[in-house]
Amino acid sequence: MAGPSSFGRYTHAIVRSVPDSLGARPAGDGAGPAEPVDLAKAHRQYGVYTGILRQKLGLQVIELVADEGLPCSVLVEDAAVIQGDTALVTRPWEPTRRGEISSIKKVLEELKMRVVEVTDDGATLDGSDVLFTGREFFVGISKWTNHRGAEAVADAFRDFAVSTVPVAGSSHLKSFCSMAGPDTVVIGSSEAAKKAMRTMEQLTDHHYDTLTVPDDPAGNCIYVRLGPKGSALLHRSPEEFPNSLQPFQKLSDLTLIPAACSEIAKLGGALSSCSLLINKKLDR
Amino acid sequence: MTTEAGPETEVKKESEQLGADAAKETHEEATESQENQKSEKTLSEEAQSSSSPALATQSSPSSQKKEKDPSEGKGISRFIPPWLKKQKSYTLVEPKDEAKKKPVEETPVVEERESQLPEDMAQPKGNLEEATIESQQEAKADDKEEEEKHSMSSADTQPAKEDTKEIEVEKVANEQEEKQKVEEKRESKEVQTTEIKMEKVPQKAPKKIKTVPCKVMLLDGTEYSCDLEKRAKGQVLFDKVCEQLNLLEKDYFGLLLRDNSDQKNWLDSSKEIKRQIRSLPWLFTFNVKFYPPDPSQLTEDITRYFLCLQLRQDIASGRLPCSFVTHALLGSYTLQAELGDYDSEEHHNHYISEFQFAPNQTKEMEEKVVELHKTHRGLTPAQADSHFLENAKRLSMYGVDLHHAKDSEGVDIMLGVCANGLLIYKDRLRINRFAWPKILKISYKRSNFYIKVRPAELEQFESTIGFKLPNHRAAKRLWKVCVEHHTFYRLVSPEQPPKAKFLTLGSKFRYSGRTQAQTRQASNLIDRPAPYFERTSSKRVSRSLDGAPVGITDQSLLRDFSATTVGPAGVMVFDGEAVGQTKLKNGEGRDEDGSPTKIPQLELTQDEKSLEEEITSILFSKEGFSTSMKSTFTSSTAWTAEGTVVKDNVPSEMLSASPFLQLPESSHETLNVVEEKKQAEVGIEETVVIDEINRGKMQAVTDAGETRKVEHVSKKDSSSLSSDSSSSSSSSESEDEVVGEYQPHHRAAEDTIREEQEENEDAKRMEECATKIIQSVETVQEGSKVTVEHTQVTAKALAQENVVAIKTAETNVMEEGKQDLRAEDEEEQLRINGDVSHVDIDVVPKIICCSEPPVVKTEMVTISDATQRTEISTKEVPIVQTETKTITYESPQFDGSAGGDAGVLLSAQTITSESVSTTTTTHITKTVKGGVSETRIEKRIVITGDADIDHDQALAQAIKEAKEQHPDMSVTRVVVHKETELAEEGEE
Repeated sequence: MAGPSSFGRYTHAIVRSVPDSLGARPAGDGAGPAEPVDLAKAHRQYGVYTGILRQKLGLQVIELVADEGLPCSVLVEDAAVIQGDTALVTRPWEPTRRGEISSIKKVLEELKMRVVEVTDDGATLDGSDVLFTGREFFVGISKWTNHRGAEAVADAFRDFAVSTVPVAGSSHLKSFCSMAGPDTVVIGSSEAAKKAMRTMEQLTDHHYDTLTVPDDPAGNCIYVRLGPKGSALLHRSPEEFPNSLQPFQKLSDLTLIPAACSEIAKLGGALSSCSLLINKKLDR
Repeated sequence: MTTEAGPETEVKKESEQLGADAAKETHEEATESQENQKSEKTLSEEAQSSSSPALATQSSPSSQKKEKDPSEGKGISRFIPPWLKKQKSYTLVEPKDEAKKKPVEETPVVEERESQLPEDMAQPKGNLEEATIESQQEAKADDKEEEEKHSMSSADTQPAKEDTKEIEVEKVANEQEEKQKVEEKRESKEVQTTEIKMEKVPQKAPKKIKTVPCKVMLLDGTEYSCDLEKRAKGQVLFDKVCEQLNLLEKDYFGLLLRDNSDQKNWLDSSKEIKRQIRSLPWLFTFNVKFYPPDPSQLTEDITRYFLCLQLRQDIASGRLPCSFVTHALLGSYTLQAELGDYDSEEHHNHYISEFQFAPNQTKEMEEKVVELHKTHRGLTPAQADSHFLENAKRLSMYGVDLHHAKDSEGVDIMLGVCANGLLIYKDRLRINRFAWPKILKISYKRSNFYIKVRPAELEQFESTIGFKLPNHRAAKRLWKVCVEHHTFYRLVSPEQPPKAKFLTLGSKFRYSGRTQAQTRQASNLIDRPAPYFERTSSKRVSRSLDGAPVGITDQSLLRDFSATTVGPAGVMVFDGEAVGQTKLKNGEGRDEDGSPTKIPQLELTQDEKSLEEEITSILFSKEGFSTSMKSTFTSSTAWTAEGTVVKDNVPSEMLSASPFLQLPESSHETLNVVEEKKQAEVGIEETVVIDEINRGKMQAVTDAGETRKVEHVSKKDSSSLSSDSSSSSSSSESEDEVVGEYQPHHRAAEDTIREEQEENEDAKRMEECATKIIQSVETVQEGSKVTVEHTQVTAKALAQENVVAIKTAETNVMEEGKQDLRAEDEEEQLRINGDVSHVDIDVVPKIICCSEPPVVKTEMVTISDATQRTEISTKEVPIVQTETKTITYESPQFDGSAGGDAGVLLSAQTITSESVSTTTTTHITKTVKGGVSETRIEKRIVITGDADIDHDQALAQAIKEAKEQHPDMSVTRVVVHKETELAEEGEE
């Protein structure tokens, strides 16, 4: 039972390289806009991203090789839900993405995680629909994730309350929100985001502070505790969302780290989509 | 406490109830009558002399003192007429005085009631006093119990005791007299009597005490056995157990009845065990009832230890779900606490498999446990327990009491009651949550459970959300659990008598124990060296529990719960329509089973609470009433009007509207209705269903005044829920009809702000009520009103307005659950007037006020305020111009019984149902007169319609139905009131 105190502490990050097939990926997949992906830019952004994980956040980055057959495999977050020593490998809504699971699972097992699988064939679950606040889980019931998928989360993480949050459209729950601290939720300004926030506030026993940002995509950040020194928040770059920078600057006790992820975003991804963060002290 | 006398008396009583001894009755009657005439003192003496042998036995000297035990005392007390009681109090010095004080107080109350109106206000005070006294008595009783036991052996014959006996005898005689008078009604009377006895008994000394062996499964898997006096209250047993356990912080714990159900049935400590357990064996399980949110704040390690034991059970049984890691961690703390530091020599590989840490324990888990156990080296058992609790308390299901239910769409869900509020789960997922501060009211009706929720930020109206429980009992159980949890966790002190604005409607049940705040306070005062206690290895526990957690699983010993319920005489009583009232009371949530016994308890017990509460008491619906219940609860216009009146009269009360003068509670209902109208969102579906039902009935009923209908519809539209409460379709099971409400916020310690909000709400309600009143008035004009007690709505719509009121008063002497239904006295009251308001107001039989010929004889239940209210209503009435014709049929019987004393009002309740053309209002009033309780059911049926109706036929039908519904009761009065609108509408 990792208490809230350990929230945001990570030791490892699992990422997966950008496949060249990303650029060729047919758009309109539900997430992707028609706008073509600039593959080179995507590689560049990915490089910056992993660099931040390694150097600024001090994580041990486990990088899986790209799989050209799995264009969306860069979005590793969808493949697993991790809390403490337990990892639930998911069952993505898109059948073509289910091939991404096996390699992720393998890595997790190598890390000595307790790996749990979704055994319900009727369940669909994308990891980016799962928001863990440090105290509880919220699972977005979306185009991608159904009730039975949420049950799988509840079954895997029995210590925690698992609440469901309806998410409209083609968004994932974390498309517009994330944690910016143990008690702080960053939330976008769209109606859908506000509604989801209200739902979460209704469902929780805890009180969370909210940080509202003008742009929904900016609501997706990565909060990492850097040990005694402090904490960092990886957020979307001001170049992408200039208006959302200011709200983040209110978080004075956080080290703000801007990162761009415009190309991945074209796939429906966000900052948190590109990594699986793990807190695992390996004995050896 | 094994004197024979006590039991014998009971037996006799029972027999009497059964009606077996007619001879006795006559005998008694004669005596009684004589006695009555005589002065009190004289009476007492004579009574003694005249008393039947049975009485003599009762009066056996030895046990009387001891008998302060509440339960026994009650038995005796029932026989004691109020005035006699006074004497006793004066006469007796010694410990009993306290007990007797009660009676004295009661007497005044009774008188007041007779006088009715003006004095009602005073009554509550009296009740409070009584309550206080009772509590004192109880406390003493507890203390004395042991003493008594000792003394029992010595068989003391003290003069004082003898005196008591005499008095008792007298009382008995009086009671008997009453009974005789009412012979027909006897059965019902008996029931009531029993109740009375229950209350008073504590005061008097028991003669002979019957004991019942009972066993309590403790948390460590051992069993505690003891003998309890048959009439002992739950508190007695609980205290004994806690004493055995050396547990001081006991408010977190409780006793569960061991029955077959998989649900937790808590023993109500304020009521007699016997009444709660019915025919089940006296087997209980000691369990944690309120899980402390922060166990570290508990004062004593021993308390934490018991909490740990409970949690280990919860975890091993799967009730408290944990992840693998948590299972292992908690298991390791358990090992540390019970075995101490890991010792590789002592603890072989298999030592661990003797423990059960999880429902599905794997080798892997055991290895993990051992691994973690090694890391706890140095932790003391108390420290290990603390660590255990620190981790366990974070589990999301910690302290969540789950109940199966269905949502409005019939989807299976779970309702979880916890310290913070109500959680809604579908499968394992939390799909909604209602924190206590957001919940305005909790209620149940039949198998439906409702919560009224404060409007969300952007919403304007409160919404009521309904859930379908498997059965009525489950609904009541959930409701009670909610009331208790809210009180325990949210309030500084338990709810007190209902001065408050929001009363509870239905059930009188309230949590009577200490709240968490209070228990913490008390814990701070604990000043004793940490008690030594031995930690039992959980091995044994786990073995014994295996798969069957004590509280829940252990059922093999028990009979089928439901079957049991049905079987006992007590049940019978409830079933009996005569008992219906009783049932209603029960329904309110106190006792799930609604055993007759309980009812009395309710009344008595609740003496502590203010009259209002009692009066308010629950709205029950019996089978008899079911019909009415079926019809929509939507407030009939008439009600509203009444409600308004009430408000005017009683400004102090927060209740916006009490439809019936008599009962503030009823007003609640009204309020509810109004509020429901507002609600638009939730429960719509349910409402729809209801509507259908209603319509169906309506058709059956015949034509309906369209006016009504229209209103009805409109109301529904505005609020989807309007009638949810009434909803329950039709099941006419007696138990199912019970209703209970609880408005959590009242006294919530929480925020002033909230209260203010509530006040605002009240204000709103008031306004609404007013509005409605107006509407109602209009409606009335057109419709015909028929009031029939016991009768369901049978009337047809009339162009004219016909009011038929049939009142049936029953005096029942009940002994434990036996109810024969005999016809009892019937009182006929007159309802008069053509005033619309009047109609509404009638609730109180006696008081009925009408501008015209207030024929009412005030006998039994009267609410002082009634007159005032009536007047008020009258004032409003003016709007309507009507021609009024009132016909009263009164049965002769009534008069005879009526004459005497006004009784003490035990409870009153009002149930209203409405269909398109008819509105049925049922008032149930329970009164105690000199030890005899009387139940009166008054039904008013208002038929509104523009079509011509044969109201005679309607009346006949109504009476017939009433009789059918309440075979045990007799119709004492029928009032037909016809109102025709003069000018407008051109009807007739």
